[in-house]
Amino acid sequence: MSTTDRTDRTDRTERADRADADAEAISTAPRDEAEEIYGGEQANAPAQPGLGFLGWTRWFWRQLTSMRVALILLFLLSLAAIPGSLIPQEGTDPVKVQDFLKNHTTLGPIYTKLGLFHVYSSVWFAAIYLLLFVSLAGCIIPRSWQYVGQLRGRPPRAPRKLDRMPAYATWTTDADPDAVLGAARRLLRKRRYRIAPGEGSVAAEKGYLREAGNLLFHIALFGMLIAFAIATLYKSDGDKIVVQGTGFTNTLTQYDDFKHGALFDPDHMSPFGFTLNAFHATYARSGPQKGTAREYAADIAYFGSDGKSHNTTIHVNQPLQIEGNNVYLTSHGYAPVVTVRDGQGNVAYQGPVPFLPLDGNATSQGVIKVPDAVGKNGQQDQLGFQGFFVPDFVPQSGTMFSQFPAADNPVMMLTAYHGDLGMDAGLPQNVYQLDTSNKNLKQFKNADGSALAQKLTVGQTMTLPNGAGSIHFDRIDQWASFEIVHQPGDSLALGSAIAMLAGLAGSLFIQRRRVWVRTQRDSEGRTVVELAGLGRSESQKVGEELTVLVGALHAEAPSVKPPDEPAETSPTPPTSPEDGSDKERA
Amino acid sequence: MNIAAGVNESYAQLSNYLIYSAMAVYTLAFLAHIAEWLFGSRSKVARTSAALAASAGSAGSAAPAAPAVKVAQRGGGTAVVDRPKVVLRSTSDDRGATDGIGAAGTDEQGELYGRIAISLTVLAFLLHLGGVLCRALSVDRAPWGNMYEFSTAFGVVAVGTYLVLLALGKRVRWIGLFLVGAVLLDLGLAVTVLYAASDQLVPALHSYWLWIHVSCAMISGAMFMLGALATFLYLFRDRYEIKVAAGQGCGRFGSMWERLPAASTLDKFAYRANAAIFPLWTFTIIAGSIWAEAAWGHYWQWDPTETWSFITWVVYACYLHARATAGWKGRKAAYISLVGFGCFLFNYFCINIFVVGMHSYAGV
Ligand code: HEM
Repeated sequence: MSTTDRTDRTDRTERADRADADAEAISTAPRDEAEEIYGGEQANAPAQPGLGFLGWTRWFWRQLTSMRVALILLFLLSLAAIPGSLIPQEGTDPVKVQDFLKNHTTLGPIYTKLGLFHVYSSVWFAAIYLLLFVSLAGCIIPRSWQYVGQLRGRPPRAPRKLDRMPAYATWTTDADPDAVLGAARRLLRKRRYRIAPGEGSVAAEKGYLREAGNLLFHIALFGMLIAFAIATLYKSDGDKIVVQGTGFTNTLTQYDDFKHGALFDPDHMSPFGFTLNAFHATYARSGPQKGTAREYAADIAYFGSDGKSHNTTIHVNQPLQIEGNNVYLTSHGYAPVVTVRDGQGNVAYQGPVPFLPLDGNATSQGVIKVPDAVGKNGQQDQLGFQGFFVPDFVPQSGTMFSQFPAADNPVMMLTAYHGDLGMDAGLPQNVYQLDTSNKNLKQFKNADGSALAQKLTVGQTMTLPNGAGSIHFDRIDQWASFEIVHQPGDSLALGSAIAMLAGLAGSLFIQRRRVWVRTQRDSEGRTVVELAGLGRSESQKVGEELTVLVGALHAEAPSVKPPDEPAETSPTPPTSPEDGSDKERA
Repeated sequence: MNIAAGVNESYAQLSNYLIYSAMAVYTLAFLAHIAEWLFGSRSKVARTSAALAASAGSAGSAAPAAPAVKVAQRGGGTAVVDRPKVVLRSTSDDRGATDGIGAAGTDEQGELYGRIAISLTVLAFLLHLGGVLCRALSVDRAPWGNMYEFSTAFGVVAVGTYLVLLALGKRVRWIGLFLVGAVLLDLGLAVTVLYAASDQLVPALHSYWLWIHVSCAMISGAMFMLGALATFLYLFRDRYEIKVAAGQGCGRFGSMWERLPAASTLDKFAYRANAAIFPLWTFTIIAGSIWAEAAWGHYWQWDPTETWSFITWVVYACYLHARATAGWKGRKAAYISLVGFGCFLFNYFCINIFVVGMHSYAGV
């Protein structure tokens, strides 16, 4: 540790010595970065006591907007994101959170206190990224101004001692000094350098877009933050199971399940709807992944605010985009169609009943509630059925579990109840569950006292004891479940993402560098040409660039004596004769 | 995409044979590289050529090649001899140490083994590439639909990048041993733990984003791996240079570290790999979000895999910031980049396999 520190410090003074004080920062980066390049020592001097409130505020602000703190905040952000990926989150999997709470009676409450079940909307997570963004604002606003200043200004004049620059070349020629400078200007202009006017020397600079890219990237981060905020506040997101042949219209009451952001307005939901005409699924019929879905497709007819109906197909990766909403196909299942007759022989219920899949082969569970049945003796009665739908029943398998998700050999296994379904209590009820704990709900029994249960195939009927009625298995429909998402701010997010990419590319791939050319007459009246280059970026190629420039300029103003006789203007021998550009190739 | 298509079993078989053959040849290449290093360590010159100067002031006169001349020639033109030389001042972070001479030192046998190792790597690469292509042909889709396929294709990208750099005349042979070792490890895991027979994919993966998003993730990962390998070597070489500069001898593996490029060269290589690929990694995440929007309805919902890509991204952003911050350059920045690659690996192996999220990718 201490060794590195020591070398760092010597490096720094060395660099301060190298870069002439005339060369001001190429960068508009915060102070400590400039210090890193030019070796300033006092940038991070500790705050003196007795600064007063204003002084302390300024000090705090300077700290907050320094690169060092940005670094630490970024690191904290990545650390803070970790728990949310390992601990179940309420937003994505509330069931698992409940399980976790049940299984971890000591840890659970602590986690709850710390907000670890909703990390990404927790106070401390927000604190970190908001601080980061404050720091970012404090960083890019001054940098933007500085950058504007640089754009309006001119490349700074040549420093006195060009040979102190990272890349340097010199030779003596018979050409006229001004002619050489003219040639240098032309050359640099052709290579799209910006050139400052001046006597006796040329100052040129290139690569201004690097800083622009960097600023664009950082500003785009704000765009992303705002897009996230809009999405969180205004989004709505609901699920709906739609049975083949039936429809959905976008109103709150139609949803099975609905979540929305704090500023969502239920009175202004987009007017649209659709009908599910057909559902197709194909599955792997063989191989190790037998039974895995290969394709889901839902054929629908939809209408928007113009009321016109259109047909389309929704696939898993291809949502329907309508009126600013996306309609996703999320899953599917079977809906046995049944006809229930009551004790009077009248049809008390007829229609499809969605069963919910329990496993990968679509073994499904469901209930049929018939609240308005009339008993044999004319008394009010309610009927309820509970059971399983098995799309591929294989008797040899020895289980009731489906062996394949397609309806190859479908059966329905039902038990039946009568009495009070508890639907009149006014409490919200799960349509997919029968409250069998209810004392007033009685299960139908066989003569031997066992529960009445029957396996039905399509076309078969289960007759209830004592003339209580019957249920007929008419046919099988399919249902599909859709997720309807309204998430504004998407295009802002996309735009910001594109700006981020463009900014990054500019920031990382464009090199910013300066070149100076100076000509002077020596004592013998010949012209001494000096070229120097300075780049400020990690992957600088100033050496290569200057070599090309020297080559071109030298062709116009050839040297009069071999360069290995050192010119007087180059008093210090090179510290490192080996060419840096070679290292770049290594 | 032809969903109904099954699996062409003969291509699938062939693919497996090719991958196994590639592994065998990589193993030979690995052994040849070891021979290269071993023979290299007996060469005397290796011991002395990479001598470190005590101070940056008098450093580096023992540069092995004559690069300055080469660069000057590249400018073209006739008067190469009179062409003024561009003098480069050593940058702060290179300590004046010069690049080591290479694994083989000056030992001829070592050099021969080095060449054999590279030839074998080329051969293994071709077999490997063939294996991945056959896999693609067997199912008519992108050959990176599960972790097995991702791992094999990942290796192709890593080795391919290395070979392209070699072919371009870049001096990257020093990474050969470590890269081949890493790819062997990767393939070993692929064929044992991650293996999944060739098959079609679940509907969520039927998307052209599979081509874009996953291939970008793979390329980014491969480049990050090259960066991480160079960073590891940088850390060793750097410690070695510090020791030598402090006159504390070379340490136990000194003869190995001294044949590596200078710490500053390794550092620069690592930085270039990481920085150049960072925008692509950013794009990978963006492409993933667009796909997520199409498939799940939300471009970002902190799914574990998403979260860890984000963490990886932030850590690499941290690294880039560290490189621009006083007191954080060098070893500290190097550690951050290793943490970044660690996050990538954690995401790939641990999150994919052990943590249940929306990503239906793992297939193991
Ligand atoms: C929201 C979090 C941030 C992210 C994700 C981020 C990301 C990045 C990335 C990826 C780069 C690399 C581009 C390059 O090297 O040119 C970069 C550079 C830079 N960032 Fe940030 N940044 C963030 C916040 C900040 C803050 C708060 C500051 C100011 C204190 C800052 C100042 C800079 C500077 C000065 C550079 C240029 C470094 C150079 O020129 O080498 N960034 N940032």
